[in-house]
Amino acid sequence: MNDLGALGFSEEQADLMEAASRFCREKSPMEKVRKLIETEEGYDASVWNEIADLGWLGIAIPEDYDGVGLSIAEVAPVMEAMGRSMLATPFFSTTLAAQALLAGGTEAQKKALLPEIVGGVPATLALAEANGEWDLTKIEARATADGDTLRLNGAKRFVADAAAARYVIASVIAENAPALVIIDAKEIPESALRRETIIDETKRACELTLDGVIVPKAALFDPAKSREAFERIDLVANLLASAEMAGACAACIDYTIEYLTTRKQFGRTIGSYQALKHPTVDAYVEYEQARSHVYAAAHSFSDQGAGEIAVRMAKAQSLKALSYAADRSIQFHGGFGFTYDCDAQLYRRRAAFHASQFGDETWQRQRLAELLF
Amino acid sequence: MTDAHQKELAEFAADADAWFAANTPRDPGFMLPLTFMEVGTDQQFEFLRDWQRKVWEAGYLGAAWPEDYGGGGLRQDFQDAATAAMKKHDAPIMLNAIGLNWTGPLLLDMGTEEDRKKYIKGILSAEDIWCQGFSEPENGSDLGNAQLKAERDGDEYVLNGSKTWTTQGNYAKYMILLARTDPDAPNKYAGLSFFLAPMTVPGVETQPIRKLTGEFGFTQTFFTDARIPVSCLMGEEGQGWLVAMRTLEYERGARKGQAGGYVMTSFDAFQIVDLAKRAMRAGAPAIDDPVMCDRLVEFVIEAQGLKLNNERGRFAPLNQDRPMGLPLSNKLAWTEFVRRLNEFAMTLTGAAGGYYVGDENAFDDGLWTRGYLNAFSATIGGGTSQIQRNIVAEHVLGLPKK
Repeated sequence: MNDLGALGFSEEQADLMEAASRFCREKSPMEKVRKLIETEEGYDASVWNEIADLGWLGIAIPEDYDGVGLSIAEVAPVMEAMGRSMLATPFFSTTLAAQALLAGGTEAQKKALLPEIVGGVPATLALAEANGEWDLTKIEARATADGDTLRLNGAKRFVADAAAARYVIASVIAENAPALVIIDAKEIPESALRRETIIDETKRACELTLDGVIVPKAALFDPAKSREAFERIDLVANLLASAEMAGACAACIDYTIEYLTTRKQFGRTIGSYQALKHPTVDAYVEYEQARSHVYAAAHSFSDQGAGEIAVRMAKAQSLKALSYAADRSIQFHGGFGFTYDCDAQLYRRRAAFHASQFGDETWQRQRLAELLF
Repeated sequence: MTDAHQKELAEFAADADAWFAANTPRDPGFMLPLTFMEVGTDQQFEFLRDWQRKVWEAGYLGAAWPEDYGGGGLRQDFQDAATAAMKKHDAPIMLNAIGLNWTGPLLLDMGTEEDRKKYIKGILSAEDIWCQGFSEPENGSDLGNAQLKAERDGDEYVLNGSKTWTTQGNYAKYMILLARTDPDAPNKYAGLSFFLAPMTVPGVETQPIRKLTGEFGFTQTFFTDARIPVSCLMGEEGQGWLVAMRTLEYERGARKGQAGGYVMTSFDAFQIVDLAKRAMRAGAPAIDDPVMCDRLVEFVIEAQGLKLNNERGRFAPLNQDRPMGLPLSNKLAWTEFVRRLNEFAMTLTGAAGGYYVGDENAFDDGLWTRGYLNAFSATIGGGTSQIQRNIVAEHVLGLPKK
């Protein structure tokens, strides 16, 4: 039988969970989330600096590069807490870029960039394209050698936090093989970035035109580690997305319950109606499984085979749980649920966005079928 | 855990593994019940009774119960190791479910020394079969409304009324019984009392109930002026509801202390994967059908999620939000999962799903079709899924009752 991963929970995870929960509750009340949606940047730079000062950007970075030297398993509770409070910062994209660097960057690149990232310099990945591929190695963008430089062309979509990022790591085909290349944001003309209107309004993403961007040859990741880097990006992204959604799901259920226990119709608190009660319980049951899957995925992340299975299960289950909980939350809020002011839509949009990135439920299940049977 | 303890445990586990490898009975030539609620023939009953006794005598049942009462006097992880060995070798179920999982833990928790000495050994050896008398024909989910009368008459209580869905009622020597001792109590719960009632006194009759599968396993039990001694009372008169609720916590796994082993064959989602590879749909293995394959993965994810939920209990920081959430939703989540999984298994077998137990062409002897029908025993029994949702909604999520 396949090893599907197991559950574990370390003291470090527990400490970070507590600290992050407290921090996020304080820094990201819903009024603040709403306010940030209206801003161009989408996040509060002072909160971002505090996150850097707390060392959370270095949790899964080795001490050699100024990190804390723990693993991605310890990032999961932080991401979960951020998801629960809908705290918007470039944390997801920057953590993901750092993990990509760790897995596939050259020693020189890691030495140069990782300490900066740990210190609070935002970075991101540019992977998706018009073809809608979730297989990260199916790339149209090209890097063509030109003396000591590489001439890039193509276009990237859903480049998370691109406007904030100091470094953008883009996937390209170089010498007929999938590769990753670091672009200093200074090399990206303003006209190359178009802010995208995405379904999750708490997040920021851009379309990035690579045509005309030139980078030094030394900006290429280590070609020998390319495959490893793409695999790691896929799994880290899906783990972080799962954790963020599990957190959001807990908040969404709390939010629904708050309404069900206060709103009255026909002389009764609406939460007493079984037609609303029972689906709320069903949402809760799905949520608890999602959370268990997330912590199993975090714990088993580095296990060959089991790690990938656990992560894909976590992504599928957290998508299912959050989509359902938020869908019912909109419905159970009645007329208010149909308004922009009701937070249920924020949760539903978040699930829809995560479904669009790094593979939806069906995609994860298809990969699981290959891994399991 | 000390090294010495760890070593002792490892040795015990290895012995258990070897014992079950050598002693687990293979195909007895008739279909064995998959759960304690499916014991429909004397042949099945005798077989399982012998098996439980054998396991207990070997020291792999009740290993963590006190030695004074017939247990092994070991720590719980020893029994867990024995149970794991049982599972690994796919051993038949333990028969005396109500005794092992409900009465026993209850006696160890709040029983008198005399009662423990009197009952526990017989529970472990399967000499004394126990049944449960909670549900009544007119009061299924509304357990608190139980109407079976127990009237005090000197040193005895006189029982009149009937109980239904009595598992193994026709074999049981004792019943844990919820009865109404005070019809005029201020509320329906306060009028209830809990008894360890003998089934062997005059005035107790059982009538087998034929299930939707066509088989047997339950009875309706009639009490007509049946007299039981006052000493059968568990707790005080009027405390019946509290004792019954505590008992249900054992059933739902929310409270520990059970004798060990298992009384239901647990489902491993990979059995269904295996089935999907063997079963033919429209001329090809079911697993080659992409729609079936996708649904199969969904079931594997769910099975794993529920398994992980159980593991999560060990990590306190992961259970802080709603501490009773997982224990109280466990029954609902598992039983509904098993029902849907069985239903899916039945559809996997395609055209062969039209056969039923008894036909020589039935796939896996009709195990899956029958399993689906039997799965309702768990989504209805012990509080229907609908009532379970009310419990979770009210006690975990804090939604209002009215």
